[in-house]
Amino acid sequence: MSEASGTGKAAPRRPAAGGKKTAVSAPQTTVEQALAVARADGEMVVIADETSTANLRWAGNTLTTNGVATSRALTVISIDRRADGTAGVGAVTRSGVTADQVEDLVREAEKSAAEASPAEDVQELVPPGDLTLSEFYTHYNTAYNDVDRAGFSVFRGFAAQLGDTLRAAEGAGRKLYGFAEHGVTSTFVGTSAGVRLRYDQPAGRLELNAKSADLTRSAWAGAATRDFTDVDVAALDAGLAERLEWQARRVDLPAGRYETLLPPTATSDLMIYLYWSAGAREAAEGRTVFSKTGGGTRVGERLSPVPAELFSDPGYAGLECAPFVIAHSSGRDSSVFDNGLAAGRANWISSGVLNTLHSSRFSAATAGLPVTPAVDNLIMSAPGASASLDSMIASTKRGLLLTCLWYIRLVDPQTLLLTGLTRDGVYLVENGEITGAVNNFRFNESPVGMLGRLIEVGATQKTLPREWGDYFNRAAMPALRIDAFNMSSVSQAS
Amino acid sequence: MADHDGQIDADFTTLPLRDLAGTALDVARTLGADHADFRVERVRGQRIALSDGNLESLSDADDSGIAVRVVVDGTWGFASAVDLTPEAARDAARQAVEVAKVTAAMNTERIELAPEPAYGDVSWVSAYEVDPFAVSPKEKADLLATWSRQLLAHPVVSHVDASLYAVKECKFYTDGATTTTQQRVRLHPQITATAVTESGFDDMRTLAPPAGRGWEYLTGTGWDFHAELAELPELLEEKLNAPSVGAGRYDLVIDPSNLWLTIHESIGHATELDRALGYEAAYAGTSFATFDKLGQLQYGSPVLNVTGDRTAVHGLATVGYDDEGVAGQSWDLISGGVLVGYQLDRRMAVLKGFGRSNGCAFADSPGHMPLQRMANVSLRPAENGPSADDLIAGVENGIYILGDKSWSIDMQRYNFQFTGQRFYRISNGRLDGQLRDVAYQATTTDFWNSMEAVGGPQTYLLGGAFNCGKGQPGQVAPVSHGAPAALFRQVRVLNTTQEGSA
Repeated sequence: MSEASGTGKAAPRRPAAGGKKTAVSAPQTTVEQALAVARADGEMVVIADETSTANLRWAGNTLTTNGVATSRALTVISIDRRADGTAGVGAVTRSGVTADQVEDLVREAEKSAAEASPAEDVQELVPPGDLTLSEFYTHYNTAYNDVDRAGFSVFRGFAAQLGDTLRAAEGAGRKLYGFAEHGVTSTFVGTSAGVRLRYDQPAGRLELNAKSADLTRSAWAGAATRDFTDVDVAALDAGLAERLEWQARRVDLPAGRYETLLPPTATSDLMIYLYWSAGAREAAEGRTVFSKTGGGTRVGERLSPVPAELFSDPGYAGLECAPFVIAHSSGRDSSVFDNGLAAGRANWISSGVLNTLHSSRFSAATAGLPVTPAVDNLIMSAPGASASLDSMIASTKRGLLLTCLWYIRLVDPQTLLLTGLTRDGVYLVENGEITGAVNNFRFNESPVGMLGRLIEVGATQKTLPREWGDYFNRAAMPALRIDAFNMSSVSQAS
Repeated sequence: MADHDGQIDADFTTLPLRDLAGTALDVARTLGADHADFRVERVRGQRIALSDGNLESLSDADDSGIAVRVVVDGTWGFASAVDLTPEAARDAARQAVEVAKVTAAMNTERIELAPEPAYGDVSWVSAYEVDPFAVSPKEKADLLATWSRQLLAHPVVSHVDASLYAVKECKFYTDGATTTTQQRVRLHPQITATAVTESGFDDMRTLAPPAGRGWEYLTGTGWDFHAELAELPELLEEKLNAPSVGAGRYDLVIDPSNLWLTIHESIGHATELDRALGYEAAYAGTSFATFDKLGQLQYGSPVLNVTGDRTAVHGLATVGYDDEGVAGQSWDLISGGVLVGYQLDRRMAVLKGFGRSNGCAFADSPGHMPLQRMANVSLRPAENGPSADDLIAGVENGIYILGDKSWSIDMQRYNFQFTGQRFYRISNGRLDGQLRDVAYQATTTDFWNSMEAVGGPQTYLLGGAFNCGKGQPGQVAPVSHGAPAALFRQVRVLNTTQEGSA
């Protein structure tokens, strides 16, 4: 048991704000200040995040909640190298740090590093390298000001349009529910090895759910957007009104295996889970679906008879994200030592074959795979695939068309068996036509197993993952036709 | 004796809380707010993760800021800021009023709040002994490393993942009539042993629940980690060699270490009034337990008695006052199997004429507006009720389930599926070795109506989670669920291996 220092009297490391000058510096200045006060023989990574968000929420054709928020966080990662080649790491994040508090935060991180057990992922810090020539290096020195922030003003035009749509829906006997959110996070990374990088990440989304007045019919559409200029809420509502009409005829079907059309959002939620599960380290340790029985990984193994591609690319148009590693803390396949490491396009599945797994430098070495940092977007495609969802419906003899998936959770990591629900519209397709709305189902399916039963891949388009959009909303996916999708039981939910 | 002496951290109480509040509330009222409330929060979280006894990650984060919520002409407005300065408080108040005015055109339901007595200037501290942030990270990591090495010494254990998540939440609230300053602490330790074999892998995790306790929780108070860790490798070995379950219908005896999560999903969320009224329809979903069924719905068998509370000692949802200044309470949700209550905030309480909120407003950070969030929702044990062994003795062909693992439920809280950490076959009233690959799947009311008996207080355990998600923007809330062991008849059991085979 440690000697407890009473919380009422200790905590000298967090200075009180009251009565002190609380000047707020530009984020670059804060990063430089932290690096400048670091212990002379120490190594350090400093990350400044400036975030601003605005949101609107509505239900039953009326506003429910709203808000704007700004935050500013400073992460100091101190590295204490030791004579035996090990290193301790102290990572401390504080919000609202002012100029007079930066040095205290650095000392706190250094103290934590000095006391820490050896970090398992110890490496040399990443040298500045080629990224010093990139726009992200230049941008580091660009002034950060209010122009970079998301404000409620992004919704001025949209709120009026939405108000009109809500009133029109009320008049037409539909209830609209939904959420709109816009935010920008600017991240500044500086290291004692000379890395200086900045990335501004805008992110926005609109989710619209339409229900019949008696709430027995429900349809959903979502859109990921960087700035709301490409969002047409009235058009989304018109599409949902058509879907509610499709639900006029109800067909009850039992649980079972069905040929199933997954629209892009449903594809994205399953493929994102596959991506999250595609870490190099645990695969090499024998404990994921990508582990080879008897040792090693399944890299090089065919997963699908269709030459499908699954990849991440920070430069993908409309889904741009940071092309370098930003790691506030280490994890199984991420490492604070990798901050600033270039993270380019990565092909996870190529022509239906597992090509690589995501990794830090440490986990890649452990797994014997090339270093491939995770990237914050995901794209699936197939060569020459151009079919629209409508044309895939038209070529269906008998099958189910889903709208989206919900409450997806891992059941068995050995096969990556997932469970979850269909939501907001399951349709029976017969002889190329929608013939009615079907009850919802609970599914038990593995996205890896499903790739082996892939019949058709449609055209790739940007989509909003319904389930994972809170955490991962940069995705471009095709509709998929899957043979024998396992609907395990009927859900009464509507 | 508690090391904090029931005191809130001085570095929070010495912030200019009341000055900032005065500034924000004055500006909001001057600009036309009919109601204004103000929060200052500091939420400190520390995560330590070890892989096979080596330190994988240690991070410490502190999220501070201010929040202003207003009602202007019947419309909400909310704004938050990170700086604890009069300028930031003034700007946030102005922004909150502006947001309310911009969005008023979309609003057709006038916001009103249920009345609550004024409590003056009060404070509250949760029940813990040793502040986990007063213990060095090294001491924490060393303990986890010792436990990891102990498990790794067993030949069946290939890998050990050990983690500890500690949170200290300091919160100041005022609406002018009630001013509260509160501090609470919680810990979530988890240790998982994994066995990799020639044919695959499997794992087993500790059943120790997250708790509203301090560092003492890991050193012998409230849970016996030594005893649990000592038996974990052999339990894992037995699981590896266990037969796969045959799919079908079984009687289930469910331990509270598993049942808490079923309560959470199928009763906790289903009895949130905002969900029942459709306010979460587009995201978290609605509830089959609609308001018209209050006092009518036979939710479960007569032995189903469920309470909501924000008062249970060491409960993760326990507070002195909620984020609307409502005092913590305890009330019935299901009595004798019949739905008799909901979880409310002040807005929901007014909407359906409940008169007073039962104190379920919570915001997870200064950047978020309070929502109706879950209280501790708990299944009442039977006074002088049976032990788990007694319940098992009443089963001819069944399964005894311990520990939570996979979970999923639909958007109206009908259809659910759960797995667990350990499953034992019950044959003729006795445990008959472990089983593998078990999931149980049911419709909520069928399941709770199949509950034949609940155990006595000696079987009661407070389970829970740190990460209950709800709302947009998404918020997480800590919540506990107490339960005794309970007996259910003829529940559908799946074989998860068969479910995953094409």
